[in-house]
Amino acid sequence: MLRLTAGRVGGLLSRRTVAAFSFGSARMASRGHDVTEQADMSLPMYCDRLDTPLPDRPYRETLSPADKSLKQKEKGPWNNLSKEEKLALYRMTFNMTYAEMKRPSSEWKTVLGGIFFFIGFTGLIVLWQRFYVYPPHPRTLDDEWQSMQVKRMLDMRVNPVEGFSAQWDYEKGQWK
Amino acid sequence: MTMSLTKPAMRGLLAKRLRFHLPIAFGLSLIAAIAFKYAVTEPRNKAYADFYKQYDATKEFNAMKEAGIFESVRPSGE
Repeated sequence: MLRLTAGRVGGLLSRRTVAAFSFGSARMASRGHDVTEQADMSLPMYCDRLDTPLPDRPYRETLSPADKSLKQKEKGPWNNLSKEEKLALYRMTFNMTYAEMKRPSSEWKTVLGGIFFFIGFTGLIVLWQRFYVYPPHPRTLDDEWQSMQVKRMLDMRVNPVEGFSAQWDYEKGQWK
Repeated sequence: MTMSLTKPAMRGLLAKRLRFHLPIAFGLSLIAAIAFKYAVTEPRNKAYADFYKQYDATKEFNAMKEAGIFESVRPSGE
């Protein structure tokens, strides 16, 4: 009920307001809101994809009379076609060749640069945190406490066969 | 092109792959297990055997007691 046809309202309102009121059509190109026309997604579409060698429809459907005559010639033996004609026929059916689709780009430089930049930025944030966020160290991380801890572990003979205490020479009182 | 291409294999692709890769897989796993046994478990067992060959439990206990780590028995000084 909200949908007012352009014709009915056109007489009463200005052209600008009509555009705002017609919801159904996306063809606002003449108004300057959208620049491109929307493709009809319910029909077969063309795509340049590496994993789809034969798209649903040829690239160019509307052919000029010269193209149409070439298509007729295509129905005969292909040895009669010249190299340029074969290329023209290819470009009628396909937009890009596989080589063109696979062409390398410099995107990786941007990606890598962005990665490094944000890692660096994160580093700055972590540095700021170290000074403004972290609470003081617990006393168990002091060197003095750590050495008392090591002494106690050696007294207890922690892992005496292959592990911790095995590295300590009990006769000489030093690490092996 | 007037000649026709040979028809590719349509069936038995997995069986063919397994025939080739399964013996290799079993072989490599066996080698890995044997290597682990002789590189890791044998030295470890030997280390434990050697440790306990010369182990004097009483001496170790007294050393630990004197270090003062036990709660049930204190060093001889206290």
